[in-house]
Amino acid sequence: MKITELFERGEFVVSAEVGPPKGFHVEHLIEEAKTYLSGITAVNVTDNQSSVMRLGSLAMCKALKDEGLTPIFQLTCRDRNRIALQSDLLSAAMFGIENLLLLTGDHTKMGDHPQAKPVFDLDSVSLIHTVKKLEEGVDLGGNPLIGEPPSFAKGAVVSPCSDSVDAQLAKMERKVRAGADYFQTQAVFEPEKFIKFMEKAKQFGKPVQVGIIIPKSVGMARFMNNNVAGVHVPEEMIEELKKDKEKTKAGITGVEIAARIIKECKPYCQGVHIMALGWESKVPELLKLAEI
Amino acid sequence: MLITELKPRETIASLVDGKKVFIINCIGCKEVYFPEKEIRELENELSASGNVTGIITTDYICNPDNMKLRLEKHTGEIEAADAVLVFSCGVGVQTIASYLEEKAVYAGCDTCRLPGFQGVTPLEYKCDQCGECYLNLTGGICPITACSKSLVNGQCGGAKDGMCEVDGSMECGWERIYRRLEEIGRLDVLKCPTQVRNFATDDEVSAE
Repeated sequence: MKITELFERGEFVVSAEVGPPKGFHVEHLIEEAKTYLSGITAVNVTDNQSSVMRLGSLAMCKALKDEGLTPIFQLTCRDRNRIALQSDLLSAAMFGIENLLLLTGDHTKMGDHPQAKPVFDLDSVSLIHTVKKLEEGVDLGGNPLIGEPPSFAKGAVVSPCSDSVDAQLAKMERKVRAGADYFQTQAVFEPEKFIKFMEKAKQFGKPVQVGIIIPKSVGMARFMNNNVAGVHVPEEMIEELKKDKEKTKAGITGVEIAARIIKECKPYCQGVHIMALGWESKVPELLKLAEI
Repeated sequence: MLITELKPRETIASLVDGKKVFIINCIGCKEVYFPEKEIRELENELSASGNVTGIITTDYICNPDNMKLRLEKHTGEIEAADAVLVFSCGVGVQTIASYLEEKAVYAGCDTCRLPGFQGVTPLEYKCDQCGECYLNLTGGICPITACSKSLVNGQCGGAKDGMCEVDGSMECGWERIYRRLEEIGRLDVLKCPTQVRNFATDDEVSAE
């Protein structure tokens, strides 16, 4: 099922993220996804997230699909040239994977193989353009595909709390013009900034899922503030995490904060995307608290 | 060694048609081949239309001291122009664009690589000799060399406080490009068609 069909029906679409392991034993991960994520619409599978080498996104998507979940295949331009990207897209179509999230990808220098050659033959925009061409039955080289062309829900990302939000909106527009069907955002901790962003982004007429990270600790919040682009955890939220150490440790404070952000953003967007970062078990509670 | 090729006539026409143009023409350094004859023909055509406010023809336009003095001598003619058209390698265009911050500065040439010795670039501006100059879509700031990922369709989400995620001492090239396009009132060029790079060095293989 394409998640765009749900947006069209006016449903509030919920997705969460699964990061494949550095290894090929995924039973535990699949069990966890089935237990905690089967109630939500779709599950994103990251593609060598943060440039750290792991099991492949496509294989994990297939494994989740076999267990009855709806995967979103994340595909970045860092590790594959246009031939490999298109080939993997056709493989995804063969497996019946219909949802994509198309990204440029972090630089190789950010990960655990900084010596690797960064590819970036295409980027997020030209990758969306490429998928659109495949859907029209032609590859990027202009050669016809054999048989019925594939069809995908083409997702893209945008960073609404970035310090250069106008440039982000310009890039978002390029993605829309290239053929993006829906957007997931970088993690939002400042709902007022997100709401302002949505006032401008709604002109593009594409559904947007607000990105949510459950703040696990003061250390994590500070780390994100210093290192993660487009993410800023306000000082009063950090104070809230500091106040009751036991409650924060148990994850209760973080879930409360995340639920509050979802509630504030919900009237302005079409869905939520949860990056649980290992706290998948807290997703059901978070959604309950956010009244979704 | 590098070689510059005149961009297609239609491309140049789309940049300067109906506009007052000031032309800067680099006749080079010993590392570069310039298509001088073709450029002169084009200059004559543009001059015949009466739209050329002035022409500088000189060598080493990438030499900042030399160029600054020359530009100052032509201030009036440059101010009278809507755009400045530069025939040079990518370094030359970037040098001019950085001097004329409020002008639209356009590249008339693509810069290609030839095997062997490469020209010594004496400046902070770099040209990768990629063969399909993007400077006309980016306000005269090269996205190939100013962006760590050499992105040609806008910035990634990786800049923090305007600095690149890969090299914290380097400004995000695309944020610079955005700000510059804003300054020269040309944010509309960001609405150009999706750019797909052509890595083929063989002229027979055309861009997508």
